[in-house]
Amino acid sequence: MLTKRIIPCLDIKDGRTVKGVNFVDLRDAGDPVELAAAYARQGADELVFLDITATVERRKTLAELVKDIAAHLNIPFTVGGGIKSVKDVSVLLNNGADKISINTAAVKNPALINELAGNFGSQCVVLAIDTRFDGKDWYVYLNGGRTATNIEAFEWAKEAEQRGAGEILLTSMNHDGTKNGFAVNITRKISEALNIPVIASGGAGKKEHFYEIFTEGKADAALAASIFHFGEIPVPELKTFLSKKNIPVRIPLKSSDESQITG
Amino acid sequence: MKTVIIDYNAGNVRSVYYALKRLGIEAEISDNPERIKSADKVIFPGVGEAGSTMQYLQSKGLDTVIRELTQPVLGICLGMQLLCSFSEEGNTKCLDIFPNSVKLFKGTEKVPHVGWNSIFNLKGDLFKNIPENSFVYFVHSYYVEILDDTVAACNYMQNFSAAIQKDNFYAVQFHPEKSGETGSQILKNFLLI
Repeated sequence: MLTKRIIPCLDIKDGRTVKGVNFVDLRDAGDPVELAAAYARQGADELVFLDITATVERRKTLAELVKDIAAHLNIPFTVGGGIKSVKDVSVLLNNGADKISINTAAVKNPALINELAGNFGSQCVVLAIDTRFDGKDWYVYLNGGRTATNIEAFEWAKEAEQRGAGEILLTSMNHDGTKNGFAVNITRKISEALNIPVIASGGAGKKEHFYEIFTEGKADAALAASIFHFGEIPVPELKTFLSKKNIPVRIPLKSSDESQITG
Repeated sequence: MKTVIIDYNAGNVRSVYYALKRLGIEAEISDNPERIKSADKVIFPGVGEAGSTMQYLQSKGLDTVIRELTQPVLGICLGMQLLCSFSEEGNTKCLDIFPNSVKLFKGTEKVPHVGWNSIFNLKGDLFKNIPENSFVYFVHSYYVEILDDTVAACNYMQNFSAAIQKDNFYAVQFHPEKSGETGSQILKNFLLI
């Protein structure tokens, strides 16, 4: 049975993990590669790396980091943050990223979605939407939530699917950071209307919130950052909880043999 | 042991290379027919579209090279689909190692089939030490039905082939290079054949 995915998100600045991370057993919690490997061992299904570096050296640092992550990580990962062109994407995919996520650049130039899907396939194009409910409807925000638009999130998600996006990463700004739960209604509305997976993001605080977003919210995957980084909800504990409530999740089976091949 | 990963415009060549490296194997990435023919093991990866990929393989003469290989060959994802006779994706005539057609998923669930799903009815060398219902990572819109050659099954709207095998040709629909410890073990099993 296809399982619901649990996705920790790591913010990256100048090649290092930011936001405090309180992970036991790590020599260097600021090292994205080590942190990523720890999540993979815990049973995370996928990882998202969001680059928030503002400097001009950003692209080069990120490309090198992606290569390093790809060499060490044995689960899929997505890279996002400031991606603007086919060339940006080409470098990241060639260096081993499985998917890329685009946000502001896609709103400014929707044809970018078609171009990326045409060049690399829909499976690697994740459209990230930051959205806020204004009392009447859900609107799209740009530049990390700083710039409002009059575009409705639901309409934009539908358009993105038609243009070839392979997944939607939906972040509710009303819920992000509150730890009061995900945005159930808009997630369900988009997930039911679209034929591509929807990743819910923003608001995770308790294990029950994941149960709620997978059942009532119809999400295919759920993303969170701080609750995982600070060990408030360890990934294995969350998966055991969901599994007991009959949500299909992947509980990794122990490998019987971890030796290397010689010869 | 010499392992060659066939180099073409597939998205996951580097991921497969790294996965082998984690197992202690330094594979060669090559589109040179002689290098491919002389390998002990050949991996035929694949992420992309069937029609354009077949055209590319034909333009490089790799279609004939792959068909005539006698050492163990592992097709991955699109690599598996291209080993079949025909794909509905772009109505493409493929390499015809396996006699079946590759079909588009149709039904009530979302397409593509993306994420971790369990595999069952595991048979043969590829799945040695792999427990039934282990999870592996899939990303695909087209599928191979259950065949006599099926050595692993998966369910998404219907049962389909997660892996097939005939003579020296092994093929998996999922991505072992992205399937955690389970995937590593499957790659290792292939390398030990």
